[in-house]
Amino acid sequence: MIELNMANTLNSEANKRILLLDGAMGTMIQNQKLTEKDYRNTIFKNHKIDLKGNNDILNITQPELIKNIHEEFLTAGADIILTNTFNGTSISQSDYSMENHVYEINLSAAKIARQAVNKFSSAELPRFVAGSLGPTNKTASISPDVEDPGYRAIEYDDLVIAYKEQASALLDGGVDIFLIETVFDTLNAKAAISAIFQIADETEIVLPIMISGTITDLSGRTLTGQTPEAFLHSIRHAKPFSIGLNCALGPGHMRPFIDELSRTADTHICAYPNAGLPNEFGEYDETPEITAEHLGEWADAGLINIIGGCCGTTPAHISEIAKAISGKPPRKIPKFEKQMRLSGLEALIVRS
Amino acid sequence: MKSFFINIGERTNVTGSARFRKLIEAEDYSAAVEVARQQVENGAQIIDINMDEGMLQSESAMIRFLRIIAAEPDISRVPVMIDSSKWSVIESGLKNVQGKAIVNSISLKEGESVFLKQARCLQRYGAATVVMAFDENGQAETADRKFEVCKRAYKLLINKIDFSPEDIIFDPNIFAVATGIEEHNNYALAFIEATKRIREELPHCHVSGGLSNLSFSFRGNETVRRAMHSAFLYHAAKVGMNMAIVNAGQLDLYEEIEKELLERVEDVILNRREDATDRLLEIADGYQTKTKLNKTADLSWRKETNSMRINHALVNGLDEYIIEDTEEARLTSKKALHVIEGPLMDGMNTVGELFGEGKMFLPQVVKSARVMKKAVGHLIPFMEEERGSEDGKKTNAGKILLATVKGDVHDIGKNIVGVVLQCNDYEVIDLGVMVSAGKILQVAKDEEVDAIGLSGLITPSLDEMCHVASEMSREDFKVPLLIGGATTSRLHTAVKISPAYNNVVVHVPDASKAVGVVSSLLSSDKKDKFSEEISIKYEDLRKAHSQGQRERELSTIKVARDNRLRIDFSVDPPVKPLNPGRHTYNNYPVEKLIDFIDWTPFFKTWDLSGKYPSILKDKIIGKAATQLHQDAIHMLKNIVDENWFKPKAVIQIWPANRIDNDDIEIYDNDTQSKKPIARLHMLRQQMKRNGQRKNLSLADFIAPSENDITDWLGGFIVTIGEGPDKRSKIFEEEQDDYSAIMVKALGDRLAEAFAELMHLKVRTEIWGYQADEDFTNESLIAEKYVGIRPAPGYPACPDHTEKDTLFNILDAKETTGTKLTENYAMFPASTVSGLYFAHPKSKYFGVGKIGKDQIKDYAKRKKQSLKETEKWLSPNLGY
Repeated sequence: MIELNMANTLNSEANKRILLLDGAMGTMIQNQKLTEKDYRNTIFKNHKIDLKGNNDILNITQPELIKNIHEEFLTAGADIILTNTFNGTSISQSDYSMENHVYEINLSAAKIARQAVNKFSSAELPRFVAGSLGPTNKTASISPDVEDPGYRAIEYDDLVIAYKEQASALLDGGVDIFLIETVFDTLNAKAAISAIFQIADETEIVLPIMISGTITDLSGRTLTGQTPEAFLHSIRHAKPFSIGLNCALGPGHMRPFIDELSRTADTHICAYPNAGLPNEFGEYDETPEITAEHLGEWADAGLINIIGGCCGTTPAHISEIAKAISGKPPRKIPKFEKQMRLSGLEALIVRS
Repeated sequence: MKSFFINIGERTNVTGSARFRKLIEAEDYSAAVEVARQQVENGAQIIDINMDEGMLQSESAMIRFLRIIAAEPDISRVPVMIDSSKWSVIESGLKNVQGKAIVNSISLKEGESVFLKQARCLQRYGAATVVMAFDENGQAETADRKFEVCKRAYKLLINKIDFSPEDIIFDPNIFAVATGIEEHNNYALAFIEATKRIREELPHCHVSGGLSNLSFSFRGNETVRRAMHSAFLYHAAKVGMNMAIVNAGQLDLYEEIEKELLERVEDVILNRREDATDRLLEIADGYQTKTKLNKTADLSWRKETNSMRINHALVNGLDEYIIEDTEEARLTSKKALHVIEGPLMDGMNTVGELFGEGKMFLPQVVKSARVMKKAVGHLIPFMEEERGSEDGKKTNAGKILLATVKGDVHDIGKNIVGVVLQCNDYEVIDLGVMVSAGKILQVAKDEEVDAIGLSGLITPSLDEMCHVASEMSREDFKVPLLIGGATTSRLHTAVKISPAYNNVVVHVPDASKAVGVVSSLLSSDKKDKFSEEISIKYEDLRKAHSQGQRERELSTIKVARDNRLRIDFSVDPPVKPLNPGRHTYNNYPVEKLIDFIDWTPFFKTWDLSGKYPSILKDKIIGKAATQLHQDAIHMLKNIVDENWFKPKAVIQIWPANRIDNDDIEIYDNDTQSKKPIARLHMLRQQMKRNGQRKNLSLADFIAPSENDITDWLGGFIVTIGEGPDKRSKIFEEEQDDYSAIMVKALGDRLAEAFAELMHLKVRTEIWGYQADEDFTNESLIAEKYVGIRPAPGYPACPDHTEKDTLFNILDAKETTGTKLTENYAMFPASTVSGLYFAHPKSKYFGVGKIGKDQIKDYAKRKKQSLKETEKWLSPNLGY
């Protein structure tokens, strides 16, 4: 199999320093106050349903705007740029009747990010593109029908097909990394992993995989009930380049869960929290200084290898975080004994 | 969670359990789910799920069952084992579990290429796998062949596809023994021998097996079967079998198998003699009748009427059938609420009566409450539905607010009171621990409660209770205030708390009194008379107390100091510790603590008084005590097996000298420089003495600085960690108050046991002043050894704030994860700390009442205000 050169570069960069992810794409787009017309541009002038809010379509209709946002984050110091493809599966795009454009959306998104990153990347300071695979808007582990706990709105096999389509397009567009992110249902993530494995078999190209779950509240569990360690065990077969958490919580609330992963994972730890919790208007008002102070402390505590921001974080946040982590060593990856690591909602380790 | 031996639940298997098969065939998935739940509750750490039955659509049954248990967090918290001989069923199963599962099984039966293809697929799903000792030639029967087949599979997996060795579980086939066929006699031994070689030669893998096959010849004879399983596991586990598919909760302790039976069972398993099978058969029948009798006796109550069954379940604390029975009652009632008001409340009334008559005891009542909660939990959704049509809010006997006061973390007693009150139809609002006065008052107002109960264990909580009482006065509360907890007393309540509140305040000495007190206080006809009686009683106590005050005379501190204990340290010189400096222990094994448990206080927690072990034989409470003890032992086993607790300890011994009369100065470990690192402040007895008896202070046990003798003082913190609290919360969420209280009570006992064990270690190894000590646990409890370990806040040094110094110099947070609340309670609750004094003359004593002259001097020494000092020492003020 061919391993792309960037995988080695990524590994050696991660050994040297804490890598910085970008901030929130959604928030940045929101600030542009785009209209329905902007979303459609001329390409989808006659599309039968409203497209406003379908941020992924902007990869086709407003590529310059997306590229500018990437560049703002790169200027702020981001090492890894996420493609604008959070909702880029046919499952999510079917809400806009856009499932036929999934390949195009993801291909374009990867290319835009690639161009932006190439402009900033150098041999001394290489930068990377991570192709974002979002959680989709359906869950394979929970029944939406309270009367019938055995019902599922989506099946594993359908998720694999959808993820494979998205990931193939991202690969064709030139991403360096796959990022399975905002995982609220680990079974969905496992389907994504399976899709990526299939692509690797077919293309013989193996990209590093980053996996990031989301803990939705202070119970410390994913939406489908897993503890961070159980989540880790469930996806460890992907041999992920990093495991971590993003979204839902601000850094203050996320820290204990990152701490748990940091202690239990023998791979890189990646975290990109929100800028605090939304206020009553749904806005995120944690200032760059506050976010950076938290994350700087995480770096001091040796918790992280890759850090960034999710909802509400702007280039100003990223630039403050860059300062806060500058010169601080990345977390050392611990080595563990070989033990069978199983999980249900909770982790179970069976010693050999 | 980490485990050495893993029990895999076997009952959710249609080929092994007729009951489960019938439920699946009838598509009664909710009852089938209960089978899974029971397995987990009984200690299965993984559940095996098998739907391979000719009549079934195995694939869809597997999918449906996995999906349904995904919605049951108390089941799906454990990993599943997807068990099928059909690959399609396995793969469908894997597509429906979010966790990391085990597949059972793959093998070389159909050759290498199929085997590797399937294994490769498992890597993609992220599953561990059982590999059967089965190849193209069939199942391996001899030890050699079992090992060879496993080795071949291992090499293929590792070398060809880089399968993680730690994810391989070999099953070298457990076959039936004692079948009468000679070739079968060596089957068990062959398994054991193969296991040994597998674990020695194939690194990181595991060995498992399905136990029930082994005893197939003894179907119907549970005693013999269980003995066979336990004995087999005992031997197989010794050589490395670390997992087994068993009926969780149905294994006997190896040590408890009857001698004769064990010997004959082991003859069979280890193939020790030719007539082994015959000899086991000879005695097997004797055991069979026993089990059969038990079984029929056990279940006869199931034939009674529905309401009698509910009554029986509540009185006997049996939750197995309660949902089923409750549901039956609901279907015949007009409303779900009527089931609560009818049969369930009737049952609880019987429980209440029996409890009142002293025919049931607290642990049994708490078990009954667990059953009740389960039943109510089942009815709630129906009641909510019914509530839509009318505003039928449940009326109850009254609303009681309970809280452990600010600065205190102890809540076992309070939780028991809560359960008992709920059993008697009171609505209980439990605010938990460390609750501020403000919050108590706020909730009491918002919820319009009928009474407030405060609890606390450490002495500063007494003051906090006074504070709550005065706040209640200030805000013009009228509801009764109940006071409970280990340091509270009727006298303190009468003298200190009651005057602070201008309504009724009652001390409730233990949980069994709670209902009586509350019902009297809330009943319109008894209320006035009861309150009147209480206030007269308390007034008398106050009068007697103030007279006693005047009569008690104290020496001046100067006189008391002159009458100090003068140890001649040249005769009995301090022993230099073998290993001074700091010793920390992380994740200390709980199993090592168990022998050090002092059980007597454990029973006291549950209102069962009597000395262990004779309490188990007590005519009246013996039965309840025995059951409680068994439940405790069972939980201890889970605590150990599933690593619920993570005990930590820190111990340090420093050079030290007595200084300025009653202080102890401790130095860093360089005995030359004597750089002081902290000073501990001790108090001295001030009661008038004449003749021989001395006015003691702990400082007397340490050599003074002026003689140039270096003495030593030890300090320690041991903790069981947050495990008891966390577990308790899980049990609470499962509506299981009995286990919730039990796990905390055991946490406390283990903390004390840990302190006892560490003290032994200090005496014999770390300090080593008593290297040849050899005591039994009984004599340890009776404190027959040399040296003491008093704790700040207890009689010999009653000032809780001294813990602050101790925690600082031991770096409590970093070393043990413990900390102090604002009132110096230790957190987590199952924590013990103290000082080690080694001198043979050192002994426990109580400081008792002290005079203002000492308090003034003490305040100066501690560099704090007189007021502050008086606050923390209020129980000891003799003026």
